[in-house]
Amino acid sequence: MANEKKNEWPLWEVFIRAKHGLSHRHAGSVHAPDADIALRHARDTYTRRMEGVSIWVIRSSDIAASDPADAGPIFEPAESKVYRHPTFYVVPDHIKHI
Amino acid sequence: MYTTEMSKNPTRQGPSAAEPPELLEAFEARVANDEFIEPKDWMPEAYRKTLIRQISQHAHSEIVGMLPEGNWITRAPSLRRKAVLLAKVQDEGGHGLYLYSAAETLGTSRDEMLDALHSGKAKYSTIFNYPTLTWADIGAIGWLVDGAAIMNQVPLQRTSYGPYARAMVRVCKEESFHQRQGFEIMMRLAAGTPEQKAMAQDALNRWWWPSIMMFGPPDENSPNTAQSVRWRIKRETNDELRQKFVDVTVPQAESIGLTVPDKDLKWNEARGQYDYGAIDWEEFWAVVKGEGPVAKERVKARTEAWEKGAWVREAALAHAAKQAARRQKEAV
Ligand SMILES: [Fe+2]
Ligand SMILES: [Fe+2]
Repeated sequence: MANEKKNEWPLWEVFIRAKHGLSHRHAGSVHAPDADIALRHARDTYTRRMEGVSIWVIRSSDIAASDPADAGPIFEPAESKVYRHPTFYVVPDHIKHI
Repeated sequence: MYTTEMSKNPTRQGPSAAEPPELLEAFEARVANDEFIEPKDWMPEAYRKTLIRQISQHAHSEIVGMLPEGNWITRAPSLRRKAVLLAKVQDEGGHGLYLYSAAETLGTSRDEMLDALHSGKAKYSTIFNYPTLTWADIGAIGWLVDGAAIMNQVPLQRTSYGPYARAMVRVCKEESFHQRQGFEIMMRLAAGTPEQKAMAQDALNRWWWPSIMMFGPPDENSPNTAQSVRWRIKRETNDELRQKFVDVTVPQAESIGLTVPDKDLKWNEARGQYDYGAIDWEEFWAVVKGEGPVAKERVKARTEAWEKGAWVREAALAHAAKQAARRQKEAV
């Protein structure tokens, strides 16, 4: 019986732009039969206090995600590349504007 | 509240034989280090089960919690009060939805949780099995019930499971108006005619004990507390939270001239806290088992709403399927 989904509306992930100049950010999820209703549910659920100026919704099943168990191999290559940061380079104190 | 332990017997909490000790150890270390656990991370089965139970009970409480207050929307004494109450009840619906979504990230489904609620299998906060007899009850609920919920939910913003913690951050932001509007109702009534003041006092008399029971059984009778605290699912014990609530609420009652209905209540100078009287836990367990004055009515109202909405849900699905088929045909 676990995980039985009889006839439930699919799940959508909701992203909200809090104000112009900011990117959309994950707010939560809603169930809805289609994109139009997902947008309406997202509005009622996540923007009752002017939390946004724009909403994106996407079906949760359409999101591809990295596996946290692979976080090591995925992100480790960047760890040793300290020369990608400005602090890696030594510039004498009297050199300005650099 | 919403999150009190409502099963009298401890659930199986030991590590299962199938769980690799090195994963378990790494998990325990992360939690002890106050790191957040996210949906796809490895977690012990007992942790997952405890969370599903706690978050879904919390969600059910928000949803059932709409009923006692919804009962007064059409009878609110002014347009202002009506708009406020409507907004508050809508917020509670939102809280339920944030929480159901958080529970779903753990592998349960919305349908499964709703089935459990409608079949009477799932527990929800005992507080909602008491009736709302007068307008003052709406004041008492906002002030005391939401007040107790806030006390419980604030530490949960740092609970170890990420989606639950994030839902709590959102909920806590919205709760404080709930409590203030309730206190405002009580304050006005307490300053009104003798009849209005008596109505406020009567509401306080009826809601005080159920409110402080909301924190759940005393620590020594709360079988899962230790494990939950260790896993940072719970951050403070039932008794700690209850004491905090009593300490902040008693002076609020006094300040508007109402009396907390506890003859043993007195300030303990040495502890710097209030001592309060013995709680009738028999009543609590009876209400948990569904013997509250309006328990049957609550579940019936929920079930009816769900069943009456079935045709809307089905029609919306059929419409979506038809639109999708049309788009596909046009694309060919
Ligand atoms: Fe709530
Ligand atoms: Fe609330």
